[in-house]
Amino acid sequence: MTTPEPHAGNVWPIWEVFVRSSRGLSHVHAGSLHAPDAAMALRNARDLYTRRNEGVSIWVVPADAIASSDPDSKGAFFESPQGKDYRHATYYTKSEGVKHL
Amino acid sequence: MSTSPETTATPAPAEETGGHGDLNVGVKAAGGSGEATASATRITPGNALRPEDIALAVSSGSAKPTEDVAEIALRLGDDALILAQRLGHWISRAPELEEDIALGNIALDQLGHARSFLSYAGGLDGRSEDDLAYFRREHEFRSASIFEQPNGDFAVTIARQFVVSYYQFELYSQLTQSTDATLAGIAAKAVKEVDYHRDHSAQWVLRLAGGTDESREKMIHGFKVIWPYVDELFRDDELTARLSASGAAVEPSSLRAEFDRLTGEVFAEAELEVPKVQPAPGGGRRGLHSEHLGYILAEMQVLAREYPGASW
Repeated sequence: MTTPEPHAGNVWPIWEVFVRSSRGLSHVHAGSLHAPDAAMALRNARDLYTRRNEGVSIWVVPADAIASSDPDSKGAFFESPQGKDYRHATYYTKSEGVKHL
Repeated sequence: MSTSPETTATPAPAEETGGHGDLNVGVKAAGGSGEATASATRITPGNALRPEDIALAVSSGSAKPTEDVAEIALRLGDDALILAQRLGHWISRAPELEEDIALGNIALDQLGHARSFLSYAGGLDGRSEDDLAYFRREHEFRSASIFEQPNGDFAVTIARQFVVSYYQFELYSQLTQSTDATLAGIAAKAVKEVDYHRDHSAQWVLRLAGGTDESREKMIHGFKVIWPYVDELFRDDELTARLSASGAAVEPSSLRAEFDRLTGEVFAEAELEVPKVQPAPGGGRRGLHSEHLGYILAEMQVLAREYPGASW
């Protein structure tokens, strides 16, 4: 993993923290923090986000490395599936004689 | 000590019930409704030997230290207590918020060890951890000199923490084999936490030594200031000889080789030299302290002495 460039003014870069609470579950976004590099980001995440026994695994990701959808294009991006009932299995009637549906 | 406030970075501090059950904080909503206030992560107290368990074992009579074991527990408890008080001073003053919490966490770990050791030590004559922490005078404290050394700048604090963590790790690793079951139990819990303290301070030694010219100079200065107090940690005396013979503890001198080897590895990687300094005379184990301890105790004890029995 590459370490992001320190920001102006010598401020440590921001990292996003993902914590897995137990085996078999997914890592869940827990919050963010500052750290000079990935190794310290993991340690800071341990101190900030698992001090009440919350985790068995941590991921840290440079905040810069995350691409996110544009909140302003919510309509174009997320509203199109509305009303398209045929994308759900419940839209269809069961054919006769089909078992285990 | 049981009322020490904790610094917290996570949402809504859990109501500490003292039980071992699932605290269920922030989990309720996570079950299905997906409220915005739900914590993304699940909080549990976990299972571990707590100071309260030791106090209970002592008061019920199921654990009672011998005079020698009580004295070594007092030494180790005082070491951890004074260091916790020193580290606590960093809260709100560290270079970054994240480091503030890291040092606060280490301070709280040390305070936990202190509470366990002092609860056990008090079992000899019925004194509580608070009696021992708040109502003893300076010459009755048995902590070694390194623990009361001033925080200095961040590099001095890291140098002190580095030495202490590597020493405590070796000591607690050995104490897990103690013939005294309570000492072994406290050490088994503490050694895992101290292992992390080693890692934290070693990471910072490497970064400060390998950072800028200024950070390297400060790290070198930090070790020069702290190193005179290393020798005292590894000095044997009559108490440790008796405890070593009975299998309850080890001679401190037997820990030195491994301490030198492991700290030497970090020094080599950081391209630092072990400081060549004259060892300080020490005397903390006999109650002889520097001018620093009195100020630490004054701040730590004032509230308990002004308002005996106060709670908040």
